[in-house]
Amino acid sequence: MSAGPVVLRAAGLSKAWSVPVLREVSLELEAGEVHVLMGSNGAGKSTLAAILGGLIRADAGAMTLGDLPYAPRSRAAAEGAGVVMVLQEMNLFPGMSLAENLFLDRLPARFGLLDLAELDRRAGVALSRVGLGDLPPRMALSRLGVGQRQLIEIARALDRRLRVLILDEPTAALSARESDLLFEHVRRLVREGVAVVSVTHRLDELPRIASRVSVLRDGRFVAEHLGGNVAPERLIEEMSGRPSPQGSAAASPPTGDIVLAVAGLERGSRVRNVSLDVHAGEVVGLAGLVGAGRTELLRAIFGADPAAAGSVQIGAGHARRFHSPRAAVAAGIGMLPEDRRHDGLLLGQSMRVNALLLPGQPRARGGWIDWAAEREAAEEIRTRVEVDCTSVEQPVGELSGGNQQKVVLGRWLAAGCRVLLCDEPTRGVDAAAKGTIHRLLREFVDRGGGVLLASGELAELRAVCDRVLVMAEGRIVAEFQHGWSDAAVTAAAFGSAGRETVAAGDDTEQPGSTRR
Amino acid sequence: MNRTRLGEWGVLVLVWLSLVALFGMLAERFLSMATLTTVAGRLPGLAVVAAGMTLVIIAGGIDLSVGSVMALAGAVLGVAIVQGGWPLAAAIPVAILTGASAGLATGLLTVGLRIPSFLVTLGSLEICRGLTYAVSGSQTLFIGKVIRPLVQPIPLLGIPPTVPVALIVVIAAQAILSRTVFGRHLVAIGANEPAVRLAGIDTATPRVAVFVLSGALAGLAAVFASARLGSADPNAGAGLELAAIAAVVIGGTSLSGGTGSVVGSLLGVLVMATLEAGLAQLGASEPLKRIVTGGAIIAAVAADALRRRWEEPRG
Repeated sequence: MSAGPVVLRAAGLSKAWSVPVLREVSLELEAGEVHVLMGSNGAGKSTLAAILGGLIRADAGAMTLGDLPYAPRSRAAAEGAGVVMVLQEMNLFPGMSLAENLFLDRLPARFGLLDLAELDRRAGVALSRVGLGDLPPRMALSRLGVGQRQLIEIARALDRRLRVLILDEPTAALSARESDLLFEHVRRLVREGVAVVSVTHRLDELPRIASRVSVLRDGRFVAEHLGGNVAPERLIEEMSGRPSPQGSAAASPPTGDIVLAVAGLERGSRVRNVSLDVHAGEVVGLAGLVGAGRTELLRAIFGADPAAAGSVQIGAGHARRFHSPRAAVAAGIGMLPEDRRHDGLLLGQSMRVNALLLPGQPRARGGWIDWAAEREAAEEIRTRVEVDCTSVEQPVGELSGGNQQKVVLGRWLAAGCRVLLCDEPTRGVDAAAKGTIHRLLREFVDRGGGVLLASGELAELRAVCDRVLVMAEGRIVAEFQHGWSDAAVTAAAFGSAGRETVAAGDDTEQPGSTRR
Repeated sequence: MNRTRLGEWGVLVLVWLSLVALFGMLAERFLSMATLTTVAGRLPGLAVVAAGMTLVIIAGGIDLSVGSVMALAGAVLGVAIVQGGWPLAAAIPVAILTGASAGLATGLLTVGLRIPSFLVTLGSLEICRGLTYAVSGSQTLFIGKVIRPLVQPIPLLGIPPTVPVALIVVIAAQAILSRTVFGRHLVAIGANEPAVRLAGIDTATPRVAVFVLSGALAGLAAVFASARLGSADPNAGAGLELAAIAAVVIGGTSLSGGTGSVVGSLLGVLVMATLEAGLAQLGASEPLKRIVTGGAIIAAVAADALRRRWEEPRG
């Protein structure tokens, strides 16, 4: 599948911020290959991708594109040369139309006036390239979910004449179906001779997409594999430099008391008459497509978006509805939000302040903070959840995604909650930290806690959950005990959405779209 | 207290000292008791208002109403003393309470109706000015001697008692900000309110409380201003909010919230007051003074922005 001509050649790339992140890395990209970069957070893969894409410049080293020297001064310069990078953090404008988002930097005009017909036409073409051809180009972007926005971002890049496409965790926010769609487009581009560089954490994607896998650790390439069929354990070892930690799945069925009982919960179209139980000692998974209502259900239980009807019961407490996270936290529920940077952390504040954010957690006497006690408490959390930071005073914004998530998790573990709601707890987290987080969640339930964990990644649900509930269109449509198959869960997730959408017979319909 | 913050304060102190040195060289009479008295007379009011403004801004809000609230509290003070014949010891708390009540109303509206404080205080700025005119009958109230002791220079020091009071307020506000759980919550709310709410923390109370504090300090500033002038002017405090915001920003507090310090704002006040006094002694015209002051604000903010860009870590 490889052996195309070399499109982009990089030699001796180095980059240091406060510490070196890339050390004399060399790379050859061939036309028609998907070169996947893997590595723990901080290994340098995003930096390497950003250098290729013109977002940052290397301190040393040289690149050639085709036969010409390639040293883009900006993202725009890279794009001009045919190297397009799709960013993990999307650069889209919710208030503007899809068409405007796609063509903001090159809006067609006639006599200085916007040519709306031409804009619609071009947008229609661009949208259909990513399978969103049935969306009206003038629809506001804000009506799309995160997954579809990612496709818009990609569509924006796809419109150009491409030589190199750089994807930074392209599927982090996509459902399995949306990922499939994306991969299909990537494969088409590859057939057309485009070289693709993809940064990802998702081991299960490799066989479907990679023609070459390179592993970065501490700013150097440590391994390279041809083809995508690499044993996950081996990759984890290469990335971490240690034997892979295993999130062990418990085999015993739930026997503990019910710690979380949800009955008839309702909120809008995304949470419809949901009832479920979580027992002590149990991690219950929530599967479903993007837009199936997993996040909304967790937020409704937690009172972040209060439910309109139904009840939530914690342990032996009385059944009630939480109208604020404050009430839920007081009752013993904790939440790892989907977007930890926006909803979980104070990025500019220290690990200590973040780890001790919960009510009653700051160490104080009569309202005045007791520094020594705080440091001690923070150190305790740091040890317990294995946060890798220079000190507890390091701002969490400087930590890797995995360590940031450990801080949020450590916060709840230290506060002694009974039920943890986890929304995509390991998205954007490197494989080693992922194993640690899974292990910590298992330990939490082994001590009598209960976890409800929403994940779009079946491998994660398999690794850590005792049972899996499948959501579709706001309802729980299926329940699987230990030993389920991916196919069964996927089928259930599509099952209820399928009646209207799959019948359309092509891949342009997006289940769970926000158009309802 | 972290090292960065001490560094920021150090830079501001250096800027201030170089201004003092510069004006000392340029204007013969700058380094004199007269200048000290002038600056010390004007400083306390702006310093306490800036302290309250700092807390509001750090918590992610802004209070545009401080000037009008100050005028309202001044009018209440004047009416209480002049028409009501109240003793100073009773009138002062009432003035401060007036400010606090205005702050409470602002805070409750902002939090309860989820309206940005910028808009609420844009409205209350007008309302409080209107109330001021109503209370004072649009007349300047001459309070007279009763209130003079507050601004009589303390023998040997050359500064009036308002200065140590303002210093205590600044130090207390800084201590609340950096050493109490309440202060931590203010910073956290300004940095990322959704995260704080999802952590189960009551964000409403601190957000209201910070406006109450700001209002109360505007009330205290009204006492200072009335003492300095011996009267309560219904037009007092016009533009005070902008001077306070400028001092806060020069002092290194981010307008987007989540970081900053009260001591920095005090240094910002000092820098601005020194600049003003120095230019006045050099005989600078009013237009020139304004242009230079405005330039200084932009320069301070630009320097801060450049420094941040320079230090920006990569995620």
